[in-house]
Amino acid sequence: MKDIVRGWRHIPQRYNLIGSKCSNCGEVNFPKRVICPECRRKGKLEDIKLSGKGKIHTYSVIHTPSDDFKILSPYIVAIIELEEGAKITSQIVDCGEDDVEIGDEVEMVFRKIKAEGEEGVISYGYKFKLSK
Amino acid sequence: MRDVAIIGVSQTKFGELWDVSFRDIITDAGLKSILDAGIEGADLEAMFVGNMSAGLFVEQEHIASLIADQAGLNPIPCTRVEAACASGGLALRSGIMAVASGYHDIVVSAGVEKMTDVVDPTPVISTAADQEWEVQQGATFPSLYAMMAKRHMHEYGTTREQLAMFSVINHKNGALNPLAQFPMEITVDQVLNSTMVADPLRLLDCSPVTDGAAAAVLCPAEDAKKYTDTPIYVKGSGQASGTLALHERRDITTIDSTVHAAKRAYKQAGLGPKDIDLAEVHDCFSINGLLAVEDLGFVEKGQGGPAVEEGLTQRDGQIPINTSGGLKSRGHPLGATGIAQTAEIVWQLRGDAGKRQVEGAEIGLTHNIGGTGGTAAVHIFSNSKN
Repeated sequence: MKDIVRGWRHIPQRYNLIGSKCSNCGEVNFPKRVICPECRRKGKLEDIKLSGKGKIHTYSVIHTPSDDFKILSPYIVAIIELEEGAKITSQIVDCGEDDVEIGDEVEMVFRKIKAEGEEGVISYGYKFKLSK
Repeated sequence: MRDVAIIGVSQTKFGELWDVSFRDIITDAGLKSILDAGIEGADLEAMFVGNMSAGLFVEQEHIASLIADQAGLNPIPCTRVEAACASGGLALRSGIMAVASGYHDIVVSAGVEKMTDVVDPTPVISTAADQEWEVQQGATFPSLYAMMAKRHMHEYGTTREQLAMFSVINHKNGALNPLAQFPMEITVDQVLNSTMVADPLRLLDCSPVTDGAAAAVLCPAEDAKKYTDTPIYVKGSGQASGTLALHERRDITTIDSTVHAAKRAYKQAGLGPKDIDLAEVHDCFSINGLLAVEDLGFVEKGQGGPAVEEGLTQRDGQIPINTSGGLKSRGHPLGATGIAQTAEIVWQLRGDAGKRQVEGAEIGLTHNIGGTGGTAAVHIFSNSKN
């Protein structure tokens, strides 16, 4: 049940990679923040739509997932450095578990994330795939 | 501010304690700590208890009331402290600040976790990470540390074998600890052939699921000799915060909260990494043990792997790490770990560590981490007042 409100609240961020950018220092954050961690009160945050392009900073292949992700196992989770500078945690899909390396270029795709059982809500959002 | 001393410590057996409940183990640890201190319950003025998630593990909140009640110590104040796996370290720090400030004279700082009453503790453990932006994406708690390991291997050439060695050395020490959950030795081959959890981390890189509790009795340093001939003095206490989510870090191969907490503790103690005789570090995963050895300043950044491989961290090495067996072998009952680390250092500095005693140990350090480094607590102890 918790995913109904939690998912709905974050639809712009999860579907379209809307982050925040501080017009004072230029730092980009994803997810959006309320206060710029660098400038604090001097900062001025604006929404920014991220391009969804970036590079794999690090990754892991998960063999012991939680129940929500058992159907995918084994699957790749990575920290991706987006071209705007923010880093993001996401799955890498549409490739084999041995196909990714640190530094590989990736781009965002829109996918089903998980389902809360047979009758529960289905969550959608961002995953990433190798650019080539 | 007053100086603070530890006059008693205790730890329950760590393990899968099916026959005892949450309230049994914390009461047992508390009672043993005041017996060790040679005081009466009536001497106590306050209690601080570290606990990560009784609400999810045993469906009980309001544990501060439960614990004071079960200990027969009503109406003295009891306060729960939570910072995921660093809850124990923060409970210790809360007790230190209460005594140092003069607000209380004798307090107990304890920690407890009962993790085996649930079928699957992994969703509970993952609440130490960012639920909305890490866990929701499919990241598991081990996978976050696995990503630190992968990047550390990439940047510094750290090897899979070096990570395994950290677990092996822990178990060599833990084999001598009668309170450890897994008091037996393991080999590098066993680590490298254990079940894959989150590449590159395998089962024997990971600390276990553990029930257990630990407690420490604190008093003003000037009064300590009234209670014991071997008080252990708190020389430094540092706590720092870092980002909750791993991906927000400046550098994911450095835990900045450890660096900052250590800096504060060293400064307060007037000591540096070279002055430390032994340390208990937070090796929830083997990689975190290596990162701690670097981030606490015992070796340069990136040199954790070679240091472990060369034996620097063994019990007879330059800087003995985790003589208790660490989180890997002693066990990791989340909220209890920071206090269990303290108990080990107190035993070592008193000369009471039995077969795992480091000869001549005078100054010890504890390092306790919450989540992937969102919180860190570092404490420095000495067996001499000055």
